[in-house]
Amino acid sequence: MTSILFALPEITVALAAMALLLIGAFRGDKAGGLVTSAAVVSLLAAAALVALGRESGVALYGMFAVDDYRRFVKVMLLIAAAGSLVLAPVFFGGQKSGLKPEYPVLVMLATLGMMLMISAHDWIALYVALELQNLGLYVLTAFQREEKRSSEAGLKYFMLSAFSSAIMLFGLSLLYGFAGGTGFDVMAHTLAQGQAMPIGLVVGLVFVMAGFALKVSAAPFHMWTPDVYEGAPLPVTAFLAAAPKIAALALLAVVLGVPLIAAASVWQPVLMALAVASMALGSFAGLLQKNIKRLMAYSAIANVGTMLVGLAALDPVAGGMSVEGLQGVLIYLAVYFVATLGVFGVVAGLRQGEALVESVDDLAGLSQAHPWLSLVLAAMLFSLAGVPPLAGFFGKYFVLLAAVKAGLWPLALIGVLASVVAAGYYLRIVKIMYFDKGSGSVLTSPRSYAHNCGLALATLFVVLFVLWPSPVIEGAHQAVERLLVP
Amino acid sequence: MVQIPLLSLITFLPLLGVVALALLPRGQDEKQARRARLIALMFAGVTFVASLALPIFYDAVVGGFQLIEKAVWMPSMGLVYHRGVDGISLWFVLLSTLLTPLAMVSGFVVKERARSFMAALLLLEAMMIGMFTSLDFFLFYVFFEGVLIPMFLIIGVWGGERRVYAAMKFFLYTFLGSVLMLVAIFVMVMKAGTSDMTALMGFAFPKEMAVWLWLAFFASFAVKTPMWPFHTWLPDAHVQAPTAGSVILAGVLLKMGGYGFIRISLQMLPEASATFAPLVVALSLIAIVYGSLVALAQTDMKKLVAYSSVAHMGYVTLGIFSGTREGLDGAMMVMLSHGLVSAALFLGVGVVYERLHTRDIARFGGVASVMPRFASVFMVFTLAAVGLPGTSGFVGEFLAMQGAWLMDHRVAAVAALGIVLGAVYMLWLYARVFFGVAEKADVKEMRDLTWREAALFLPLLFLVLWLGLYPTTFTKVMDVDVKHLAFSLQGEDR
Repeated sequence: MTSILFALPEITVALAAMALLLIGAFRGDKAGGLVTSAAVVSLLAAAALVALGRESGVALYGMFAVDDYRRFVKVMLLIAAAGSLVLAPVFFGGQKSGLKPEYPVLVMLATLGMMLMISAHDWIALYVALELQNLGLYVLTAFQREEKRSSEAGLKYFMLSAFSSAIMLFGLSLLYGFAGGTGFDVMAHTLAQGQAMPIGLVVGLVFVMAGFALKVSAAPFHMWTPDVYEGAPLPVTAFLAAAPKIAALALLAVVLGVPLIAAASVWQPVLMALAVASMALGSFAGLLQKNIKRLMAYSAIANVGTMLVGLAALDPVAGGMSVEGLQGVLIYLAVYFVATLGVFGVVAGLRQGEALVESVDDLAGLSQAHPWLSLVLAAMLFSLAGVPPLAGFFGKYFVLLAAVKAGLWPLALIGVLASVVAAGYYLRIVKIMYFDKGSGSVLTSPRSYAHNCGLALATLFVVLFVLWPSPVIEGAHQAVERLLVP
Repeated sequence: MVQIPLLSLITFLPLLGVVALALLPRGQDEKQARRARLIALMFAGVTFVASLALPIFYDAVVGGFQLIEKAVWMPSMGLVYHRGVDGISLWFVLLSTLLTPLAMVSGFVVKERARSFMAALLLLEAMMIGMFTSLDFFLFYVFFEGVLIPMFLIIGVWGGERRVYAAMKFFLYTFLGSVLMLVAIFVMVMKAGTSDMTALMGFAFPKEMAVWLWLAFFASFAVKTPMWPFHTWLPDAHVQAPTAGSVILAGVLLKMGGYGFIRISLQMLPEASATFAPLVVALSLIAIVYGSLVALAQTDMKKLVAYSSVAHMGYVTLGIFSGTREGLDGAMMVMLSHGLVSAALFLGVGVVYERLHTRDIARFGGVASVMPRFASVFMVFTLAAVGLPGTSGFVGEFLAMQGAWLMDHRVAAVAALGIVLGAVYMLWLYARVFFGVAEKADVKEMRDLTWREAALFLPLLFLVLWLGLYPTTFTKVMDVDVKHLAFSLQGEDR
């Protein structure tokens, strides 16, 4: 009886999504604004429900796990989803199609998939949740049907993502063949027997990781990221940049850190290779980008690379995944998603005449036209660059410190050097905003009240994090310790 | 008795000023700028007055870290909010709190976005004070790097023609140096299990590791100081920065490198410091001679002063790595003196630049006849930069040379060459600008110092003479710590 209550937040989101879908169906397109507001409220309500939960355990026939770690990640995820919805009305308001009520519903359904992913405790649950997420994201990416770029991005995303899902499924079937069961516990138990690892397990594991790498856009599986980021409507890009990264990275940490921890000797080198490739590629390729969305795509690749360093860190004493490393990853995720949403939040509102602002050069003179807005953007960019005292530095610091403690100092060295290179492109935007004179055409920025509040909150978080970091840092610590320390 | 958290107070007061500026209601541009200047100056002034309590409350007889503030910050990461000053850092804090209001007053001429300019200066001040008083490595790094953002904006937004290039170079150059330091901090924290700097000072790192750690810190501090050949960002940044930015840059930011060498390289990695001392001494000598020679060839006044900074910082690193008490004392005095003198010289360049909008030395000549007051003030600072006895410059250079002499006579001989060269380029600059007959029409039109400008120079003038005539006031506060440090360095071989 109690077991179904574990999934109360998920059920809330699902029911709310269906109810809102009905409202949209009956009231038509003009209900877009209302449905979006209701969706934001219900996502935040679900976040509150998650945060209020205290009990931990496995429910729904061993498919669904709830603990402090899952709660921490879900709260982040729900806030990120709500945040990306907040900036939708302003963006779609300026478009021909307007804000359709399906949009928030699809975001909610994709978010539901991600919540289930985070709570997965079984390979089947994992796969089904992942597909639910993907389905929502495909449609969202192609949401602006009349725009060629959006449709193209949707198709690209669908092809590559479906391909990776297939590879992952094949890998999962190999893992199943090894363990003889689909539950995480079975996997952990079988591996803990300590027998030699058959080649099938190794191949399966690598396939599963390749699937994950594509979802989190780690190089060399990053190809789709810049194109999809660029083609998707901006609020979808913001959603894609924040929510799925949180869910997939958090799930990857669970999968590797709990059921597959005994196979660390297999997955650690793979993670390290992915991390190095992502950091290097994301930092250098970003330097060449002129489109803000593409630039943010490479920024995502570089940042994910750094987070993978944290996952690759193993505890030198206990041998498990390093508590500090995963704690660092959670902190990193928290500050990363806020800064990313902040960047997109600023850009979403900007118009040059009627046209959307997409090129970095369009931001010239922003600091004169909108001093506060450019201050917000500058804070987000410096945070992404990892310059203290802004929040972004904390993520980098703790992740790389954990890596050094785990003996992976070469990765930490590459990490800091990559962050210097990446600082080049973040700084370039600041430079264009502050140092360059505007082209003369006026940048306008229609924003809603909620949009302003969202930006203000994000800025306060990024700037004032240093004064009171303990809620996030201690919360992450507790969450990770419950997950990794039995 | 409840202890007032003095250090936190003077760190957060400027930040409070930033908040106050941000809340300033939108008004007429000119009116709002005036208000912003007043508010900023008020906060900086109060901070300065509050910081004067430091030497009063600091017990110089006991020495060591005092006015300690400690609070648990992030328990799961073992991070502690740990602040304190010793006789060495105390003076840097005072230098920061003194120069910030002066820089602000000189920045009153900034018309464009005056409010943001003032906010950036206040932010800079908070970061500098925080950096000099941090006793936890995490905190130290946060403040050390935090300086970059406001300085980047000051150069880039309010700078000269090539400001974008200079700002980017400044940021990326120093950022690259600092992240190497960050890795070294990681390794230290991993090895020692704590990021408490006072604990790390007593920790013996394995020899092999210490060498790498030392090099990583060197990368950061050598860029910051700057030492030859890592100095190339400095002339660009100085020339492009607005006067207020140059004042802070030369006055305080360069000292962060010297402070880092003392606090971290010497105190935490003494053996590696001894190993690398010959290298640093060699680089210092090159910096002294090369910096002086290049300064001699400059036609831009600001660039000349910038290269003279490179040369003066050479004395600082020379003194520090001479490993003697005299050398350390000398390095400290050169840093304090340079903080005052270079600030004054940049202010002076700003004075003439505002009148003629050029810094080309050849454009001037005979200024002394039209600006007698300015000429006499500038003379004092020129002589202080040359190291005339009775001015602050003499004490530091003399002690640093003495330290070099104790280490190796030949080193002192080369360093002495730098003093001669220094006299040549500074006096030649003075002669070209001030002496002769004012021929050009616009030079004849130049007005003498206004009251605002005079008010900027007077405190510096006073301090330069005080430091030169009675340095004991300053040395006695740092004596215990310097002696202790020098003793720990030479403990074995002497």
